[in-house]
Amino acid sequence: MQNEHLKPKKEKIPRTKISEQPAKERIKNFNEVELGYTEEEALRESMRCLMCKKPKCTEGCPVGIDIKSFIAFIKEKQFEKALEKIREKNALPGICGRVCPQEDQCEKTCILGLKDEPVAIGKLERFAADYEKNKKSSKNQVNAKNEFIDCDGNNIISKEKINKDINTSLNNKAKVAVIGAGPAGLTCSGELAKMGYDVTLFEALHSAGGVLVYGIPEFRLPKEIVNQEIEYVKSLGVEIKLNTIIGKTFTIDELFENGYKSVFISTGAGLPYFLGIPGENLNGVYSANEYLTRVNLMKAYLFPEWDTPIKKADIVSVIGGGNVALDSARTALRLGAKKVYIIYRRSEAEMPGRIEEIKHAKEEGVKMVFLTNPVEIIGENGWVKKIKCIKMQLGEPDETGRRRPIPVINSEHEIDTDIIVIAIGQGPNPVLTQTSPDIKLNKKGNIIADSVGKTSKKGVFAGGDIVTGAATVILAMGAGKVAAKAIDEYIKTGVW
Amino acid sequence: MYAQNQILNKRDLAKDIVSFDIFSPVIAQKAKAGQFVVIRIDNKGERIPLTIADSDKEKGVINLTILKRGKSTNLLSQLNTGQSIMDIVGPLGRPSEIENFGNVIVIGGGVGIAPTYPIIKALKLKDNYVISILGAKSKDGLIFENEIKAYSDEFYICSDDGTCGFKGFVSEFLIKYLNDSKTKNFKINRVIAIGPALMMKTVCEITKNYEIKTIVSLNPIMVDGTGMCGSCRVEVGGNTKFACVDGPEFDGHLVDFNLLISRLNIYCQEENIALKKFMENHKCKMNI
Repeated sequence: MQNEHLKPKKEKIPRTKISEQPAKERIKNFNEVELGYTEEEALRESMRCLMCKKPKCTEGCPVGIDIKSFIAFIKEKQFEKALEKIREKNALPGICGRVCPQEDQCEKTCILGLKDEPVAIGKLERFAADYEKNKKSSKNQVNAKNEFIDCDGNNIISKEKINKDINTSLNNKAKVAVIGAGPAGLTCSGELAKMGYDVTLFEALHSAGGVLVYGIPEFRLPKEIVNQEIEYVKSLGVEIKLNTIIGKTFTIDELFENGYKSVFISTGAGLPYFLGIPGENLNGVYSANEYLTRVNLMKAYLFPEWDTPIKKADIVSVIGGGNVALDSARTALRLGAKKVYIIYRRSEAEMPGRIEEIKHAKEEGVKMVFLTNPVEIIGENGWVKKIKCIKMQLGEPDETGRRRPIPVINSEHEIDTDIIVIAIGQGPNPVLTQTSPDIKLNKKGNIIADSVGKTSKKGVFAGGDIVTGAATVILAMGAGKVAAKAIDEYIKTGVW
Repeated sequence: MYAQNQILNKRDLAKDIVSFDIFSPVIAQKAKAGQFVVIRIDNKGERIPLTIADSDKEKGVINLTILKRGKSTNLLSQLNTGQSIMDIVGPLGRPSEIENFGNVIVIGGGVGIAPTYPIIKALKLKDNYVISILGAKSKDGLIFENEIKAYSDEFYICSDDGTCGFKGFVSEFLIKYLNDSKTKNFKINRVIAIGPALMMKTVCEITKNYEIKTIVSLNPIMVDGTGMCGSCRVEVGGNTKFACVDGPEFDGHLVDFNLLISRLNIYCQEENIALKKFMENHKCKMNI
């Protein structure tokens, strides 16, 4: 009977568009660009799912979410059950629904996508997460703040009770330290806490969330969503210690001395790369990390109500073609820039940024300057004035499979600009690894870890960008999850 | 028991200079001379790097000594004993290089005197012959005289207006001192200078002529203080360094001070806006 109900309708339903703030409006504010599906839209989109006997979408998901089943629950209007299904594999659905590159993952392998557009899996995931949030916030108006709705959405239980349940059923569990409260660290902590471990999550900054709070802008990922997911992880019993830098405040060896049985390192890709060209230290040249951290974490867009300033100017040039470059460019527009360039050395086809975000950036008026590479930054009285660039052409594919850009001789030209944001990638921050020389690193400074996160130091696991180099939120989460299992195994057996 | 980050003692040390003893046991345990913390006063506050001026492992206390200048330092100076600072993280940066160098001149200018204190103490513990030279605009701007004197083999004060000690800049006194020691064949093995960028620049120009290795502690604008943003980049020997993780102390003869000074002025306009707004609000409250 259920199968009957789940059969796709015969007429072809086009992929349900998500409503958005109009481009002209949204560049004047930092509010979220995409507004999310309504219940009707989510139902309609869920009807498009073919309910494949052998679904390919789950294979495309780095954490293996049972996508078919959660969509089936949406079809049946059992939205909380849908969320519960997602949460079996993914503790941060509100975040992943928004920032995962679904076009390269689940939606890429969606069978419907072979002939038609794939099911909007990410939008549906977001819908399920937001549905709970909205329901919770309306209930919270009548209930005490420390009350939670558990995954089936019916029982309202207190935070204390959740903690008690975990602790009583799985006591005598060891202490585990997790370093870095970004996607990998939050996931690993959550998983370990669910197994009953006494987890301390150490964070260097004054807020948990890692790149989700300092890097990804409010208009793409509202911080309210991030906070909500962090609260969920806390509700599982994880203690988050902010303002604590492992490598400075404590070393890893001190953590072991203090009774931690295992350590998971998820310190991310926090070291900004610069171009290494003349003029890079002129006033007005930012790393994307600084530009975005000032705006997102420190709320410089609300200066002077908030204390951290940021330079606003008419012309902003962003160097790079990834999501960080797109985020920086769109942030510059919202800070009031009249002209914003993205200067990228390859062509649009090679841009590593998400297609959806490239589209958004273009709609908002970001000018794309392709096949162009900066060679010098020219200043006046200590401030940026122009950026000297050279034209590029594409040659043979390189080791990344993308066509290698080659400079065109005698093609130097200058672009007037007031601010430059360099978004050409981030490397591993060495603060932690410098104080733990027994953890082996590769040439780039990333930690060498095996498939479950084991490093060269006994009891120490690592995952996320600190191992892979800058990648995606979901891959980091996947690594956190795999490592949690391995940590459990290691603590139980003592075998390294 | 005290609360984390609670102010246990607040003193007005000199004109516009306020000193706080803060309960921060973990940082007090770890802090070494030359290191700094990043603080955030409240939820909307900026992250401010401040050098640790003293620390007491037993009591779990660190000392931060600040000059009231912009909005944040003015707001900080209004906090009183018993109140707490929202966030303090550290200790950050590399500690000072402390060895038995021999004869060491330590120069502190203005509020920069405060961070020389733990360095002078540490140098003395390594049996260096410590010559301390403190400089201020005027007598009412001098701090830490007694503390530093206690650990110094020679102790000098300079004031721009001559209200105490030598009349003139520390750089002028330094030239005099180095000339004297040259005639006396008294070798200076190292100079450490902490203070306004211009002071450090001048000191380095002088010591370069005398070929004395000189260490300076740089104070560029920072955000996170952990090497994440690159706001604090400085050029040392033609290479870009992050002061927060590679420093804050560098070989002064290799530092591009003009770049440092230029970068220190990036947010002049914004700092004025914030200070003006703060002063207006503050005035209003006083009138009520």
